[in-house]
Amino acid sequence: MIPVGFEYVRATSVDEAIALLVEHGEEASLLAGGHSLLPVMKLRLAAPDVLIDIGRLPELDYVRVDGDVIAIGGGTRHRTLESSQLLAEECPLLPAVAHTVGDPQVRHRGTIGGSLAHGDPASDLPAAVLALGGDVVLRGPRGDRTVPITTFYTGVFSSVREPDELIVEIRVPRTGPAGWAYEKFVRRANDWAIVGVAVVDGRIGLVNMGPTPLRASATEAALADGASIEDAAALADRGTDPVSDVPATADFRRHLARVLTKRALTTAAG
Amino acid sequence: MSILGTRVLRVEDPLFLTRGAVYTDDLVDERLAGALHVTLVRSPMAHARITAIDVTAAREAPGVVDVVTGAELGLPPAVLFGAAPKETARSFLATDRVRFVGEPVVAVLTEELYQGLDAADLVEIDYDPLPAVVDLKAALSDEVLLFEDLGTNLVGGFGHDKEFDEQLFDGCDVVVTQELVNQRVAAASLETRAASAVWSDGPDGRVTLWASTQNAQSAKAEVAGWLGVEHDRVHLIAPDVGGGFGAKIGADPEFALVAHLARRAGRAVRWNESRSENMTGMQQGRAQLQTITIGGNRDGDVLAYRLDVLADAGAYPRIGMFLPFFTRQMAPGVYDIPKVESRARTVVTTTTSIGAYRGAGRPEATTAIERAMDLFAAEIGMDPAQVRRRNVVPPDKFPFTTKGGATYDSGEYAAAIDKALEAADYPGLRAEQAARRERGDTVALGIGVSAYVEITGGGAFSENAAVEVHPDGTVTVLTGTSPHGQGHATAWAMLASEHLGIPVEKITVLHGDTDLIPKGAGTMGSRSLQTGGVAVHQAAGELVELARQRAAEVLEASVDDLEVVDGAVRVRGTATAVTLAALAEREPLQVRTVFDSGAPSFPFGAHVAVVEVDLDTGRAVVDRIITVDDAGPVLNPLLADGQRHGGIAQGISQALLEEVRFDEDGNPITSTFADYAFPSAAELPSFTLVDMATPTPLNPLGAKGIGEAGTIGATPAVQSAVIDAVAHLGIRHIDMPLAPLRVWEAIAAARGEDA
Amino acid sequence: MKIAITVNGEETAADVEPRLLLVHYLREVLGLRATNIGCDTTSCGACTVLVAGESVKSCTVLAAQADGLSVTTLEGLSDGPDDLHPVPAAFRSEHGLQCGFCTPGMVMATVGLLSENPKPTEREVREGLEGNLCRCTGYHNIIRAVLVASGQDPDELTGVAARPGVERSPAGGIEAAPGFSTGGPA
Repeated sequence: MIPVGFEYVRATSVDEAIALLVEHGEEASLLAGGHSLLPVMKLRLAAPDVLIDIGRLPELDYVRVDGDVIAIGGGTRHRTLESSQLLAEECPLLPAVAHTVGDPQVRHRGTIGGSLAHGDPASDLPAAVLALGGDVVLRGPRGDRTVPITTFYTGVFSSVREPDELIVEIRVPRTGPAGWAYEKFVRRANDWAIVGVAVVDGRIGLVNMGPTPLRASATEAALADGASIEDAAALADRGTDPVSDVPATADFRRHLARVLTKRALTTAAG
Repeated sequence: MSILGTRVLRVEDPLFLTRGAVYTDDLVDERLAGALHVTLVRSPMAHARITAIDVTAAREAPGVVDVVTGAELGLPPAVLFGAAPKETARSFLATDRVRFVGEPVVAVLTEELYQGLDAADLVEIDYDPLPAVVDLKAALSDEVLLFEDLGTNLVGGFGHDKEFDEQLFDGCDVVVTQELVNQRVAAASLETRAASAVWSDGPDGRVTLWASTQNAQSAKAEVAGWLGVEHDRVHLIAPDVGGGFGAKIGADPEFALVAHLARRAGRAVRWNESRSENMTGMQQGRAQLQTITIGGNRDGDVLAYRLDVLADAGAYPRIGMFLPFFTRQMAPGVYDIPKVESRARTVVTTTTSIGAYRGAGRPEATTAIERAMDLFAAEIGMDPAQVRRRNVVPPDKFPFTTKGGATYDSGEYAAAIDKALEAADYPGLRAEQAARRERGDTVALGIGVSAYVEITGGGAFSENAAVEVHPDGTVTVLTGTSPHGQGHATAWAMLASEHLGIPVEKITVLHGDTDLIPKGAGTMGSRSLQTGGVAVHQAAGELVELARQRAAEVLEASVDDLEVVDGAVRVRGTATAVTLAALAEREPLQVRTVFDSGAPSFPFGAHVAVVEVDLDTGRAVVDRIITVDDAGPVLNPLLADGQRHGGIAQGISQALLEEVRFDEDGNPITSTFADYAFPSAAELPSFTLVDMATPTPLNPLGAKGIGEAGTIGATPAVQSAVIDAVAHLGIRHIDMPLAPLRVWEAIAAARGEDA
Repeated sequence: MKIAITVNGEETAADVEPRLLLVHYLREVLGLRATNIGCDTTSCGACTVLVAGESVKSCTVLAAQADGLSVTTLEGLSDGPDDLHPVPAAFRSEHGLQCGFCTPGMVMATVGLLSENPKPTEREVREGLEGNLCRCTGYHNIIRAVLVASGQDPDELTGVAARPGVERSPAGGIEAAPGFSTGGPA
């Protein structure tokens, strides 16, 4: 219901946030939109001693063209992505996926950086960025580094981000007219995905089919080899490791992955 | 022209929509100033012995005023329901044993709320696990007992001491049997439970207890009994209540605990549970395993029906142990079945107690008989709507006493079915369904028809009301009902206004304060209008009579020449009048009356649900639902429609989504709103309501109860529709909730597919 | 820590624990208790308020995060019970509330929705309110209320056939006022 007590400090810049992370070490957590972290803290499943609020840094809030990628500030809210004209034109998968995250209230607060950092395998945006083949730009006391999303996640809720690093930017390709689709299977509209499938330009990102977002590599390879959508989609659950929980068994998830991949590929093919 | 039957907007709303309603946790009262917050430490084990409780660290935490264990509490255990075996008494704070996850063990009292949550985390309790009992058949086997002194887990039953008649189905061409699950659901009212208490000083002190309840008067009596004080020492007040749906019937043990803690502390105390606590602590609904057997001939006549119910009581039996009585009573539904037998057995399990939930025993009966009718229809190859029409009790047979023991007062069951089918364009739907099957569409259409009758009156057919006109021309109505969203302040004002000619906004309706209204049976079982509303109607009528008598003296006229119009008593055809207000100034103008209808009434109806099922994913969506719900003449269509809508949504939700689940160790796995699914607006359509009003002879308004119709009619219609959608694959039955996983597994099995 | 938040147009300030939730700041510190808490998993939306004009769930926002910002609650919408803001007025006229517990959050979510999508379809309303749970109304009348508040015709947009035998009352109006007031429009 209520988090364990903590100290709170609002960073006035990214550099200040990093300095605070260095100062407090593993006792500190970053607070952006707070809609991944605060629910967990309210259930007392996490209890950082210090929260560093980076939720109001204009330097992290942007969507802009940068050569042949779109650069998105880590502090950009889902609502901004959802309604971005630029993304609608240049990378339409992303706003479509952002639109399915939670509900409007959640989207007014949650950020793409926060979502990627939290690393819940049931969340939508990491799989979308994976399908896009994007990059994550981390900044810390050692400087900036760019990590391809394909190597960003190491396990459930775990990534290569060090405790003293911040996701400052996410870079996604300008996919333009390339076919795309997002299929999200839920019981209720604002639920986490039981299974989700993001397709863009022949790449497929799977939501909630394992401890991290996964590419449906077998399907991608089959398509590249000229297989039909039907035959390729039948391989979508290869290499996945879905869990069984309240709404779905692992078998059901595998089935859904195949069905939704077929549907997404069909939509993307126009 | 009468105000009755018109769409009067609610008088409650202007305040609800500006300042907001005042629920128990919102109360600002000088008596509660500086109240301590109660935080309860609850058992994480479903069944265990408590071997040690260490509160030393908790006692030292900031803001802690006291930490109380069961041993120190000084309140003896009590049964939570009159008919429950005394061996099932529950401690208000568990001392040596816990029997469900969520059972309160320690109470922490702090100055501030947040401090309580912190201190509660410091309480250390050692548990020695005992085997959990969750499965009903396992409970019935008595292998693991919850109450050794009772010697069995069987705590109640009806008709279970008699053997079933082996020849019941002799002469039937066709006999079908099916096991059904009517799954456990959570009432999930948006307001959780809350109570605040403060004692007045001195040895004769009284406790003022505010609590979120559906019946202040009976809750007060229960709390007084549990506290061991005379009834008049408890003053219970129900503030605005944020939904109940039956789960707030009966005082919760936490109410007495809070009152007792206030006495011990010598200070006011408040308690408001979190949703997670609510999902384990508040009474839950349904939870019956059923075996139905139906037999008849190939012409479509149903000749015999048997219903065998195994019901869950949860760990500490409450009103849920009684509800199978209604299930048995309503077993045959709208059908005139020559031979019916049933029995019900109720067992305890190491889970949350079962209580009443919208329909309380009757949706269970209706889903069973409706499933039976569908299975029978499928077996003989007859259209399910046609089979129903063939077997309903005809209109000329009322009052009709069923084999279940209920006497139905009035009904037009075939007419209701016909109206629903017509409004739904049933032939058109069947044609569309056939066309989709022909094309091999992956989105199948399913049509489910249900016909229902239900028993309303809540078992308490008497209700009191008082009406008083004040010298300033305003009116106060006191009612023994206990609204929590039903709009009685508006509806009862309409009834009074009709007689008095005083506008609705000058009429204040009060309820739920036991000092002000000592007697009342609350709001449940769809009883309020047909008892409480009629009592208001009666009281207002009697007040008019009283006013005419007094005015006759004042105006020196004959009573027969006097009429009450627009708040005044007037000599007919003249301008000579005296206002009710003026009469009140001379002498208090008030009437208190009791109305007793003497018997339950039986509203009825028919629902047609149209669902689309994605055969590749098992996902079912209600595309349309058309309902006929006949509860007699409608007092306020706005309010009546609202009740139907709410019930329909909950009915759809039980059919498709909801299920309270425990793992085999008795751990609840659906105890948050993230895991426990009930619909948002995005999962539901708008509803098509068709009107029908067959009056009851039981009261002068002709009114029956509408509140629970939706769950009773919609649940079976939607279940039926989803099964109908996949029937062409050879699927006969799927248990509720028909969530995607379950539907898909049935499809996959029918298609002989692997996962 | 010291925070200052403009709530319903008025400056407020207090010294609070960092972990104080915005909803508790509103309810306990300021005494604005219309906003309710219905769950502990950010699921139900009963706590919805506007922060800087956007709908948010105030149970999942720290008061500290709203420091220096402007917050609007239900109490700040209308000038009084006799002068309701168009959204709560529509909730009243369409009977979009029963027990009222979800209502403040539902109304604020609606205000937020309509500020972003002034003429939503039925589908857009239903999806726009996916973050607000109601257990009493079945949402039917809530959807109507939102459509009415947006200046659209709910009968037309929901496509639900008019019920035979019942006269449709004009949106916001009273069906019959037989010689005496029946409670009056908002």
